[in-house]
Amino acid sequence: MTQPAETLAKQLALVIDLNVCVGCHACVTSCKQWNTSGSAGPLADLNAYGAEPSGTFFNRVQTWEAGAYPAAETIHFPKSCLHCEDPPCVPVCPTGASYKRKEDGIVLVDYDRCIGCKYCAWACPYGARELDEARQVMTKCTLCVDRIYDEKLAPEDRKPACVKACPTNARLFGDVKDPESEVSKAIRERGGYALMPEWETRPANQYLPRLVRQAQEF
Amino acid sequence: MRPAFSVILFTVLAGMGQGLFLMLVRADALGADPHELAVGGFASVALLGAGLACSFFHLGHPMRAWRAIAMWRTSWLSREVIVLPLTIAVVALWSLEHLLGKPHTAALAAAGVVLCLALWWCTGMIYACLRFLREWAHPLTLLNFALLGWMSGATLFAAYWSVLHGAAAARLWVVAAMVLTCAGAAARLASLARNRALRPKSTPQSAIGVAAARVRQISQGTTGGSFNTREFFHGRSAAFVANVKSIALVLAFALPLVLLAAAWVWPVPGLLPAAAAAQFVGLIAERWLFFAQANHPQNIYYQAVA
Amino acid sequence: MNHADPVGITQALDAGNTVKTTTCYMCACRCGIKVHVRDGEVRYIEGNPEHPLNRGVICAKGSAGIMKQVSPARLTRPLLRKPGSERGAGAFEAISWDKAYEILAERLGRIRATDPKRFALFTGRDQMQALTGLFARQFGTPNYAAHGGFCSVNMAAGMIYSIGGSFWEFGGPDLDRAKLFVMIGTAEDHHSNPLKIAISKFKRGGGRFISINPVRTGYSAIADEWIPIRPGTDGALFMALLHVLIATDRIDHAFLKRYTNAPQLVVEDDGERLGLFAFDPAAGPPGDGRNPHNKLVWDKVGGRVLAAYPAGIADGCDPALEGRYALADGTRVVPAFQLLRERVAPCTPAWAEGITGIPAARIEALAREIGTAAFEQAFELPIPWTDAWGREHPTTVGRPVAFHAMRGLAAHSNGFQTVRALAVLMSVLGTIDAPGGFRHKAPYPRHIVPNYRAFNAPEMIKPNTPLNAAPLGFPASPEELAINPDGSPIRIDHAYSWEHPLSAHGMMHNVITNAVKGDPYRLDTLMIFMANMAWNSTMNTMAVREMLNRKDADGEYAIPFLVVCDAFQSEMVAFADLVLPDTTYLERHDVMSMLDRPISEFDGPVDSVRVPVVPPAGECRPFQEVLVELASRLKFPAFTTAEGGRKFRDYPDFVVNFEAQPGVGFLMGWRGEDGATHLRGAPNPKQWEMYEKNNCVFQYHMPENMHFMRNWNRAYLDFAKEKGWRQKNDPVQLALYSDTLQSFRLAAQGKSQGRQPPVHLRERIAAYFDPLPFWYAPLEYAATDTAAYPLNAVTQRPMAMYHAWDSQNAWLRQIHSHNTLQVNPVTAKAAGVADGAWCWVESQWGRVRCIARHSEAVEPGTVWTWNAIGKASGAWQLEPGADESRKGFLLNHLISEELPLAGETSRRISNSDPVTGQAGWYDVRVRIRPAAPDEAEESHPQIAAMPDVPGVAGRGAKVLAYFAGKRK
Ligand SMILES: Nc1nc2c(c(=O)[nH]1)N[C@H]1C(S)=C(S)[C@@H](COP(=O)(O)OP(=O)(O)OC[C@H]3O[C@@H](n4cnc5c(=O)[nH]c(N)nc54)[C@H](O)[C@@H]3O)O[C@H]1N2
Ligand SMILES: Nc1nc2c(c(=O)[nH]1)N[C@H]1C(S)=C(S)[C@@H](COP(=O)(O)OP(=O)(O)OC[C@H]3O[C@@H](n4cnc5c(=O)[nH]c(N)nc54)[C@H](O)[C@@H]3O)O[C@H]1N2
Ligand code: SF4
Ligand code: SF4
Ligand code: SF4
Ligand code: SF4
Ligand code: SF4
Ligand SMILES: [Mo]
Repeated sequence: MTQPAETLAKQLALVIDLNVCVGCHACVTSCKQWNTSGSAGPLADLNAYGAEPSGTFFNRVQTWEAGAYPAAETIHFPKSCLHCEDPPCVPVCPTGASYKRKEDGIVLVDYDRCIGCKYCAWACPYGARELDEARQVMTKCTLCVDRIYDEKLAPEDRKPACVKACPTNARLFGDVKDPESEVSKAIRERGGYALMPEWETRPANQYLPRLVRQAQEF
Repeated sequence: MRPAFSVILFTVLAGMGQGLFLMLVRADALGADPHELAVGGFASVALLGAGLACSFFHLGHPMRAWRAIAMWRTSWLSREVIVLPLTIAVVALWSLEHLLGKPHTAALAAAGVVLCLALWWCTGMIYACLRFLREWAHPLTLLNFALLGWMSGATLFAAYWSVLHGAAAARLWVVAAMVLTCAGAAARLASLARNRALRPKSTPQSAIGVAAARVRQISQGTTGGSFNTREFFHGRSAAFVANVKSIALVLAFALPLVLLAAAWVWPVPGLLPAAAAAQFVGLIAERWLFFAQANHPQNIYYQAVA
Repeated sequence: MNHADPVGITQALDAGNTVKTTTCYMCACRCGIKVHVRDGEVRYIEGNPEHPLNRGVICAKGSAGIMKQVSPARLTRPLLRKPGSERGAGAFEAISWDKAYEILAERLGRIRATDPKRFALFTGRDQMQALTGLFARQFGTPNYAAHGGFCSVNMAAGMIYSIGGSFWEFGGPDLDRAKLFVMIGTAEDHHSNPLKIAISKFKRGGGRFISINPVRTGYSAIADEWIPIRPGTDGALFMALLHVLIATDRIDHAFLKRYTNAPQLVVEDDGERLGLFAFDPAAGPPGDGRNPHNKLVWDKVGGRVLAAYPAGIADGCDPALEGRYALADGTRVVPAFQLLRERVAPCTPAWAEGITGIPAARIEALAREIGTAAFEQAFELPIPWTDAWGREHPTTVGRPVAFHAMRGLAAHSNGFQTVRALAVLMSVLGTIDAPGGFRHKAPYPRHIVPNYRAFNAPEMIKPNTPLNAAPLGFPASPEELAINPDGSPIRIDHAYSWEHPLSAHGMMHNVITNAVKGDPYRLDTLMIFMANMAWNSTMNTMAVREMLNRKDADGEYAIPFLVVCDAFQSEMVAFADLVLPDTTYLERHDVMSMLDRPISEFDGPVDSVRVPVVPPAGECRPFQEVLVELASRLKFPAFTTAEGGRKFRDYPDFVVNFEAQPGVGFLMGWRGEDGATHLRGAPNPKQWEMYEKNNCVFQYHMPENMHFMRNWNRAYLDFAKEKGWRQKNDPVQLALYSDTLQSFRLAAQGKSQGRQPPVHLRERIAAYFDPLPFWYAPLEYAATDTAAYPLNAVTQRPMAMYHAWDSQNAWLRQIHSHNTLQVNPVTAKAAGVADGAWCWVESQWGRVRCIARHSEAVEPGTVWTWNAIGKASGAWQLEPGADESRKGFLLNHLISEELPLAGETSRRISNSDPVTGQAGWYDVRVRIRPAAPDEAEESHPQIAAMPDVPGVAGRGAKVLAYFAGKRK
């Protein structure tokens, strides 16, 4: 069956700071517009102007509530592919269209090879993959692989579109295997955590928790 | 999960074909007429082939299906894609030999049996290997794919035999079908009981990493749904699911058992074909239930629209 | 396995692609953007890192600009309602621009030559009021306003009349230096991206963030503490906070004495000066809000009356904040602060608890926390400055408690006084233009009262003559009201009348109702630009739609001619007689001007422009061009040369060459013939190119000594006058006590000489024009059986939608294709309304059916929904049955644009703040009940589908797969 995943020397990822995310959806539409005319596009929209419009997005921002009034918390929760270090979506793919890059750990889909069997989506516990209904291929966050290495872009632009857009800078991007990177430091210092740790997928993307500053005592 | 009709048909048809072939090999060993075996063999090929055809409807790009053999080292789906045509080919060869009356090799029969078992293994593992789909990730899934397929093939074969040689002559095969149907029912009931007892391992708390006692989704981030709401939710009421379950249990097991028993007592023509037909329909319901009962952890992320 | 990784194949910057900078207008925040265009199609829009406002970030709407360009609802041709067809039936014929101009020039020319006020121009989300206002003024009509009246004029006026500046886009919280941030009644804000940047930085820097709001969404979600409050009660909270701060003496005495009118002596003897400031007649005539500089204080050291400035603040003097005194002539006087102290004395936390629902102990603790931040955490910046009276301050004192508030305060009929209370609270803490507190943005602070007098007499309206005063201004006394001799309104919206004297932004929300009633007169032509008045920016939507179609006995429409300039097929378009198709923000020139609403930063003025990035769709033309063309055809003096010829070729030419004062034009960057002078200088013919080369923005950093305390900062005041931002260089003392308000009250009490309100409004004016802030229940409550309608209903701005105009956006509408009513589970269960069930929401004015959702993040006495998601069927080129019309709903159906006038049975008056005319959106009271099981599962009311109009880009594809340019 699945072999234990290799540990890569470099693993790019997003770290999402729930302490400052205001749920603005900038990361959602900036991702959509970057990718729709790019290597992963077009990302189709069904019923674009009708009932129940629904399209391909690589990133969604959800809203959750914790606790009860008046101590209720509202939590905005962005979610895209977590680029798992042990990605269950990859070994199941019959064509090899789903793969994890050895260079940087990015999990990608090769659209020319994908047969649209959806099996990889079944194998992702996070609901991070979306089949593009027009192209009938599986799509997901590419970590903007077509941007981040593009030497035509200025160095500060070689970041995912969503990271650049985010008004609160809640999306940090970098190599989680490099202990000195911004993301590793944030994970260390701010108690970064993985989603659904019970499945041992070792998501590369992590989340930074809410941090509540109490009133100073008088 | 949303039951995909193409996959339901594929597994029911192919499973029946595999079961039928196993019975044919047994009948061959008992010295059955080669021509009758050949016809049965081609029926098995037809069932397997129809299953294969159905499976194409599940693909977004059927024309690229050949690519699916690439990852046999890691993917059970890939392995199934390899084993299924091989099985068809071997069963077809076996049938052809019987048709042509050529001296047949036990090797081909053995290969066919192994492939049929392997195919069940692959099919079952496609589901059982998804470890967080806990309703599926269990040996019972393998056992059920094999037993239910074999059972339906056995009932079909008994019906076939009764058509050829009269119901009375099919008593042996009726007994075999009854035994397999009982075994299938037992295994399926065991998996249903297990499903009932399953407690989800993932919770809203683990999904977003917030420890509070009450964590609820307010918005999934889109109001019109998405692939994730279409693919992983059956969208039917609990009552509907309960009805399907009753239909599956009655048509796949109870009614066929009654019909088989009746056919054993009163060798009336038509009872056995009716049993096979009921079982086929029952298995479609059973497979629907198999998907519908699988609770994908991703669903925690797609609960609410606001 | 080999994969062709799509690495480094970005096509954004490939040869053949262009990248142009311009300014976003998916909302009024106005971020700098870089637009990538490939084969003539927009490939990508990103935030411009070189832009001071958004510094490279962008929001959900800005990122979805592509879908605005390809919207199926784009209007592309001028349209004329078919003769004989009914309004709203959508029967239009496409006409040429020549024809459209001909119709307009003929009609407007006739009105202008006869009775100019019968032309009204109302503009909604307008960002070029300097031009639209100029057009109206040159036309000679007083009937002009933009959206401020239904938006947030309470915020603007309440603070400008108190501290000379405001939140909104005129100033804001200094989160770089604050330690405590208290945000009140804000969901998304006008300054949305900068505020997001700032809040995040503030939190990461260790600041503490408290949100006071009945609902916890958006920014409030990341607050360290959420203090739920009953809507409409913040005034009581502020009064109680003032009570605690003053009782515990956590106030900035030195600041109050030097920089505010707190020590100034108020006359207590009855008569025409009652409640006004005592003054020294030898130093000039009595002051009003505009000329405050001969007031008096009591010097505690010398035990004598002194001129407030400069004697009162001279070394060795100590103006009293408390006590009661007499002038030499025996007049009894009292320092304004003493009156404030007495005002807040009964406003205990326990009193406020009963009103706000916030526990008294929490209010006490909040007051302590605010006081501690302001005083114990105070700091000094090594920035020396000199005040208006010549005193040199070696450092600048920081008060690290910052407030921010928006429509949660403003959109109530008690909003003006509530905002006043907040301004006073901020003032006693000494946080005005102080580091870490509230900071102004140029051209603010303005005078209190600003030096903008609106026209005030019917004789000023003359045929073929421009108005000799602006249609909008800030009245400083009853003499500046726009009323007839009998006290009745001159303006169609009743702004600046006794009904709503300080309606500084006009009252757009009453235009249609008044015009249809002919109150005070009938209009001939109503021109609406960029406002969806047939739907989400109107109260009482169904009735207003009916009014738009109403005819008089002669069969003529009550509003005879309705011109709508819109870029999309909005609900409003159906009612137009003439439709002018506008360009989108990527297709036109625009200016964000210092003459209007610039995008200034705390440390200096900033203005910016838009330049076309793609050609206009179809025959679309910028509205600015339409105005310049009409103004030229109608030979408005400002648009005509001395020889009678056309003065401006087009809008860009106008922007460059028009001068409001010598050297002061629409744009302040790169002036002078060679573009070498900034802020003030001769017109520069190459100004547009220079903006274009510089990211379409001009930022001016003032020297550090002009960054703070600008109300009193000598260097800044001189500089601002020199650059034409202010007419005088006088300091702007904070008006804790507003003698301007008192002058209206005196008129209402019949004590003053000049204009007095009509009898039926006297009591109202006397009650609400209180010179000190106070809390009263929103006016709607008095007209409501609050036991029968126990809940408050409010809306929130969704971050990913701009009012109505993003439902046509294929990406954004997927985030909010319909809305639900959010109800606290306790409230919902008590009403028997299940989570996800259809329910009725009823006010005394109307009812809607919608889907209810339970939420713990809402105060149990409040229900809320996203604003403007519900749509009329067929509008915006959405398919009939689209979620917006079938499941979505509009709260506006529940809100009335008029209320019965208190104490009068027959009269109705705008549902607005009695001081400013701000629409009271958030006052409505409702109840909820489950929908019956046999009722249709669709929202109510439903509206017959709007037909397609000619020239729209056309119903969008079922499957849209946008890919910019040709695929490589
Ligand atoms: N219930 C409730 N109602 C409210 C509010 C609330 O909070 N609750 N808020 C109120 C407030 S604060 C406001 S400001 C108003 C806003 O209300 P409106 O000003 O009516 O705002 P929009 O609905 O966006 O409509 C503006 C119109 O501008 C058009 N438009 C968009 N882009 C362009 C363009 O480039 N050129 C032209 N010519 N037209 C364009 C759109 O198609 C639309 O018809 O709503 C008010 N209504
Ligand atoms: N994305 C997006 N941005 C926008 C707009 C948009 O449509 N979309 N519109 C723009 C416009 S025109 C405007 S005017 C601004 C408005 O900006 P905001 O004022 O931030 O917007 P509102 O949604 O009106 O927010 C009002 C908030 O006040 C709360 N509230 C209501 N009543 C009370 C009360 O009595 N007390 C307190 N404390 N809170 C109360 C509501 O719950 C809500 O959270 O936003 C601008 N920015
Ligand atoms: S999040 Fe899902 S799709 Fe992404 S790598 Fe992990 S399992 Fe695969
Ligand atoms: S859908 Fe495509 S990527 Fe996913 S498993 Fe099938 S072939 Fe692989
Ligand atoms: S990294 Fe790129 S592809 Fe992934 S969510 Fe962000 S923008 Fe989308
Ligand atoms: S852009 Fe940033 S703040 Fe906005 S939803 Fe995404 S992560 Fe949150
Ligand atoms: S905040 Fe407004 S102006 Fe800025 S990017 Fe978003 S939509 Fe555009
Ligand atoms: Mo507004």
